[in-house]
Amino acid sequence: MPDNLRSTPITMPDEGARELVVNMGPQHPSTHGVLRVKITLNGETLEAADPDIGYLHRCFEKIAEGITYPQVMPYTDRTDYVAAITDEWAYALAAERLLGVEVPERAEYIRVIMGEVQRLLSHLIWFGSFAMDMGAVTPFLYAWRERETGYDFMETVTGTRQLYNFLRIGGVRNDIDDDGWQALDRFLKAMDQALIEYDTLFTKNPIFEVRAKGIGPLSAEEAIAFGASGPVLRGSGVARDLRRDEPYSVYDRLDFAVPVGSSGDAYDRYLVRMLEMEQSLRIIRQAIKQIPPGDIQGKVPKAMKPTGEAYARVEAPKGEVACYLVGNGTVNPYRMHWRSPCFTHLQLLPHWAPGNLVADMVVLIGTIDIILGEVDR
Amino acid sequence: MFGIPEPWWSVIRAVVWALFIIIFLAVNAIVAVWLERKVSGRIQRRIGPQRVGRPIGWAQTIADVFKLLVKEDVRAEATDKWVFLLAPAIPFAAITLMFLVVPWGKNLIPLNLNIGLLFVVAVTSFEVLGLFMAGWGSNNKWALLGAMRTAAAMISYELPMVLAILAVGMTAGSLNMNDVVNAQSRVPFILIQPVAFLIYYIASLAEANRTPFDFTEAESELVAGANIEYSGLRWAFFFLAEYGSLVGTSAIAATLFLGGWRGPILPGPVWFLIKTYLLVYVAMWIRWTLPRVRIDQLLDFGWKFLLPLALADIAVTGIVLALL
Repeated sequence: MPDNLRSTPITMPDEGARELVVNMGPQHPSTHGVLRVKITLNGETLEAADPDIGYLHRCFEKIAEGITYPQVMPYTDRTDYVAAITDEWAYALAAERLLGVEVPERAEYIRVIMGEVQRLLSHLIWFGSFAMDMGAVTPFLYAWRERETGYDFMETVTGTRQLYNFLRIGGVRNDIDDDGWQALDRFLKAMDQALIEYDTLFTKNPIFEVRAKGIGPLSAEEAIAFGASGPVLRGSGVARDLRRDEPYSVYDRLDFAVPVGSSGDAYDRYLVRMLEMEQSLRIIRQAIKQIPPGDIQGKVPKAMKPTGEAYARVEAPKGEVACYLVGNGTVNPYRMHWRSPCFTHLQLLPHWAPGNLVADMVVLIGTIDIILGEVDR
Repeated sequence: MFGIPEPWWSVIRAVVWALFIIIFLAVNAIVAVWLERKVSGRIQRRIGPQRVGRPIGWAQTIADVFKLLVKEDVRAEATDKWVFLLAPAIPFAAITLMFLVVPWGKNLIPLNLNIGLLFVVAVTSFEVLGLFMAGWGSNNKWALLGAMRTAAAMISYELPMVLAILAVGMTAGSLNMNDVVNAQSRVPFILIQPVAFLIYYIASLAEANRTPFDFTEAESELVAGANIEYSGLRWAFFFLAEYGSLVGTSAIAATLFLGGWRGPILPGPVWFLIKTYLLVYVAMWIRWTLPRVRIDQLLDFGWKFLLPLALADIAVTGIVLALL
């Protein structure tokens, strides 16, 4: 090995230097993917955290400019890969607004059901990995058990388990058949039971409480200033939910509550997500009752060559996912921009980090429910 | 004895005991790892290993041992050579020494020291030295963090632990392990000293790096802790020491609080093993149920709660002993 490549001992580089700069990631079990955070440590205490992103960048927005409107759909799955339906929804909504396409009612209800199941699945994986970040391995496998029944439903309906390519501009790919309804029923029953179990196993655990309370505090003003959305915003006490405040699809016909936190720490965000799961179950049950018979695909023009621009946003499990589309009269989008909540939330890390311990760092990363596929796009 | 002159008899006795303890620790690691996998599987609604050594996967850990034996002995360029190479031996040596004073049955004790309890406390502290050497010698930032945590945590859990052991010594009126077991011929000390038992058991979880106090290797935070740079057989020695430490602290707890080898019908060593592995099982149960506390929370817990509690326990024990 050449001498200049030999690493030097990490004894203090010069007299008086107190900080230790450590790379957390991109290969680290708790960065939830390829996130690299450069952390500056003074002993165990964090002095600064500097997230370095881009490891998963795949030019999604640029790719979209070279393909036709329907062809974009599968790419949207890959942004938030554990909540693909809601991403598809944001794009479908934008494209429908741009093209002026009507969506049949049955398709809207199917979208709501699929979207809410997706929210449950996304929160389940978050619950499991959040517990794992704190060193409790068992809740992770319990969450996986319910996730499995949920994915059984998704698989029955869409044919795939994670990246569905299920929504279509103006409708959905296929209807939910009898097998699908039964699978959904099994999932809902399992979830009712599971939420109680999670509470006894983890929510009421005193060790978890002392680990999560007071970590990553975010006041309502700060949350708004940072552009937070979704559970992070609601955890700080701002009752804003696009499903209720700017109802898209058929959410205005469904009755559900918007849980909010009070102190805006990791514990509040945890509770908000757990309560959201209950509300999602409520929404799905109502949607099952209300769903009308009919078509699942609206009329779309044969050649999609729209002009103009459209912006659509949906309440995804992690926050507000939005899509901005510009058409210039060709079959390809002229420009597409994707707003992802995780990217916005990631800027909270440097804000929170100073003064916390290394062990809190993983809690902070976990509490914003980060998905790197969405950060980098 | 057996016509062998005295100095030679002592030597033979020492060698036999030493071999026995080392083999016991090696077998224990194999059994305990298998047990941990099965117990965690049970708790997490999985099956655990079952393919190697059907149907219960008994050969899985043996296969793992062979894998570790044939792995390359890797040492990074920038490590502190001797510190790095010697570190794995120390925790294992400390555990081996600890078993020197653990009684297995009537007159079945490797070394009948009159300060047995003190000896246990003294040698278990060496374990931390090995981990710290590993962390420092590895020349790795994560390993250094792990080592730092180990050293900081040790001070805060060893003090209450020592005081809990002291309470037992006071109750038994002796620091000799045999005397402690004999003093429990009627009532095990867990009934007389329940607080001391709890303090000891909690501290022993920290000693053995078990959840909720496993932050020295905290996978989700430090990736692996002080032994992050080790692989193959050297890593296996850390692992051996970790499970040795688990069974060692459990054995001490069984001896001090559960009456050691005493029990009806079955022979002493069997009772000793039953009690020890019962406590090992409880530790596994705790590990797969609880999240991990933060390092400062353990320090707080150790200094602000366990230590005063242990001191109060000793005071009460002293007053009661004086009055009786």
